[in-house]
Amino acid sequence: MIPAAALRDAGLAALVALGLFAPLVGLRTDVSPTGGLFLRTRWADVAIVCGIVFLGRLVLSLWLGQRGLRPSTGPGPWTARLERAGAFVAPVLLGLAVVLPFIPGIGRYELDIGILVLTYVMLGWGLNIVVGLAGLLDLGYVAFYAIGAYSYALLAQYFGLSFWVCLPLAGILAAFWGVLLGFPVLRLRGDYLAIVTLAFGEIIRVVLINWVGLTGGPNGIGGIPRPSFFGLPFSMEGGPGTFAGFFGLEPSPTHRVIFLYYLILGLALLTNWVTIRLRRQPLGRAWEALREDEIACRALGINVTTTKLSAFALGAMFGGFAGAFFATRQAFVSPESFTFIESAIILAIVVLGGLGSQVGVAIAALVMIGGFELFRDLDEWRMLVFGGAMVAIMVLRPRGLVGTRTPTVALGKKRAISGDLVSEGHG
Amino acid sequence: MAYALQQLINGISLGMIYGLIAVGYTMVYGIIGMINFAHGDVFMIGAFVALIALLLLQLGGVMDGTAAILLMLLASVAVTALYGWTVERVAYRPLRGSFRLAPLISAIGLSIVLQNYVQVSQGARVKPVEAVLRGGVEVFREGDFAVQLSYMQMLIIGTTLAALAAFTILVTRTPLGRAMRACEQDRKMAALLGIDTDRTISLTFVIGAALAAVAGTMYLLRYGVIDFYIGFLAGVKAFTAAVLGGIGSLPGAVLGGLLIGLIETFWSAYFSVQYKDVAAFSILVLTLIFLPTGLLGRQEVEKV
Repeated sequence: MIPAAALRDAGLAALVALGLFAPLVGLRTDVSPTGGLFLRTRWADVAIVCGIVFLGRLVLSLWLGQRGLRPSTGPGPWTARLERAGAFVAPVLLGLAVVLPFIPGIGRYELDIGILVLTYVMLGWGLNIVVGLAGLLDLGYVAFYAIGAYSYALLAQYFGLSFWVCLPLAGILAAFWGVLLGFPVLRLRGDYLAIVTLAFGEIIRVVLINWVGLTGGPNGIGGIPRPSFFGLPFSMEGGPGTFAGFFGLEPSPTHRVIFLYYLILGLALLTNWVTIRLRRQPLGRAWEALREDEIACRALGINVTTTKLSAFALGAMFGGFAGAFFATRQAFVSPESFTFIESAIILAIVVLGGLGSQVGVAIAALVMIGGFELFRDLDEWRMLVFGGAMVAIMVLRPRGLVGTRTPTVALGKKRAISGDLVSEGHG
Repeated sequence: MAYALQQLINGISLGMIYGLIAVGYTMVYGIIGMINFAHGDVFMIGAFVALIALLLLQLGGVMDGTAAILLMLLASVAVTALYGWTVERVAYRPLRGSFRLAPLISAIGLSIVLQNYVQVSQGARVKPVEAVLRGGVEVFREGDFAVQLSYMQMLIIGTTLAALAAFTILVTRTPLGRAMRACEQDRKMAALLGIDTDRTISLTFVIGAALAAVAGTMYLLRYGVIDFYIGFLAGVKAFTAAVLGGIGSLPGAVLGGLLIGLIETFWSAYFSVQYKDVAAFSILVLTLIFLPTGLLGRQEVEKV
């Protein structure tokens, strides 16, 4: 027996859906061959959508009614289960990542997705330093990714420098820009900081588009050299000076993909290692103190200026590394790859994973980016599903997929604590 | 001189549109203390509903300028307000009381959803419309250059002022406005005193969306082309305007909108069109270095 209240609720939801979808789904504006606009009606689609909303709302309210109210405090069942599994997740993921290229059935396509996911894992870990540890909300992280990519592309194009020389340079340049952005925003907090970092990202992109003489404008830069394996290029000729020839292998294009895969894996693990090490050192502790309470930080004599700037610089540096990798992998960069949506996706990965949780970021990147690739067949619906997933994960698990944190310092035994106990910072 | 005057008129009419959207940002920020990232896309939906209403009116044979514009505005405001309500209900209410970044991410997610929903349902191509209102008056003439104030610009400035006046009366003189201001000061206390805070927040989103719908309609009429992507840039600019004016301050939002509109127009007129966004953002950064809470923002007193 369905309660009347649930039915009325579902009816109201369907009515709202009718109001929402009748104009925009029911009436489609199409450009006619003469250039004018005309309307096409699709009332059947509206009816279907409203029916789905009605049923969905009905099922949801019945389910919620059945389940009753849960106490709001204390970790949910999921948190406990994940906590138990959590001990194994990180080593298993790492092991899988290391052996992935040699698992039978893993082809070039799967490796490409692996490289993509690892790039986002690295970006997520880099941004995690700024947002998760230091608590500074950065909406323009993609700018450093772009600076890294263009640094390598331009240095290679104008000075003929190789990837291995440019990789550190790209990181240093990005870190430099991180400090440059950091200075004016030292006094800003919260949403003021958010908009200035967003503006910075947009400024970099607009400059890249319009400085045609240097960056090639919207056409981007092509023909970026590929990385070599300790001086041995990956080429199909198989001569003694190439990777395949030197090791006596059959020349194959997969070699380079596998090499790129291990390269990004190494870079990502480097980011992770530096973060983990820094958390145990004064600088990392100062970041976390800053996130918890800036005023207390000042009162205890922590130099807020250098703490904030170092967080920006380090986060930016890893972004720059990832950018240089991106440039060498694609062999082509254009401003299109560095839009605000990229920043939003990286930030979403950090927050969805659970701010400050290293494993969480990796899982979130795998779920979001890997899932995004799985739904390749959905075409234009793909972004719709992606955005919907972001909303759904946030609503269901506001503290991220991994709800526990390991405190840096603890009195007595070190235990995992709930993510709710960790502050998110004001900056 | 005449050229500058013309740019001033153009800048003000553009700034008014930004100001209208900025009010929506600043209102939501004032009441729940967070950025409504989906607001730019609500504005885009407002423009699309206005476009559909216009086509329906043309089918129905209503071609007369004023009546058509009025009906478009009404349709757009009604439907967009419903979208504003839904945005709050889906992405914000479940996360009320949660930590600050959670609603930000769900709002970014919803912004992606709205953009792609319109792309899927309405197509990715740009939608051109014929001008509904043509002509204008010549204000001033200097040599060969005549300063034009088009009817369209008059309409934009007039409608915006009317909407802002209605909105100001709503906030300062009505029980709802009082409830909104109470929620802004202290939501818990307001709830204890019997104010339905959930309803007040919902209505804040509805009003913000209604103002964005007015802005969307004006945008459609002024520029004549829209696509599913216009919400992003307009949203970022309006958000910049809200921050420039001091987020949380209603007069500040309008002032910031006007400033951003003027900076953009004058920069395009005298320097380069390509870098107009850079100019607007640079002014924002410069302002915030010296006034970290914007032009009219209140200094935040932090208690330990």
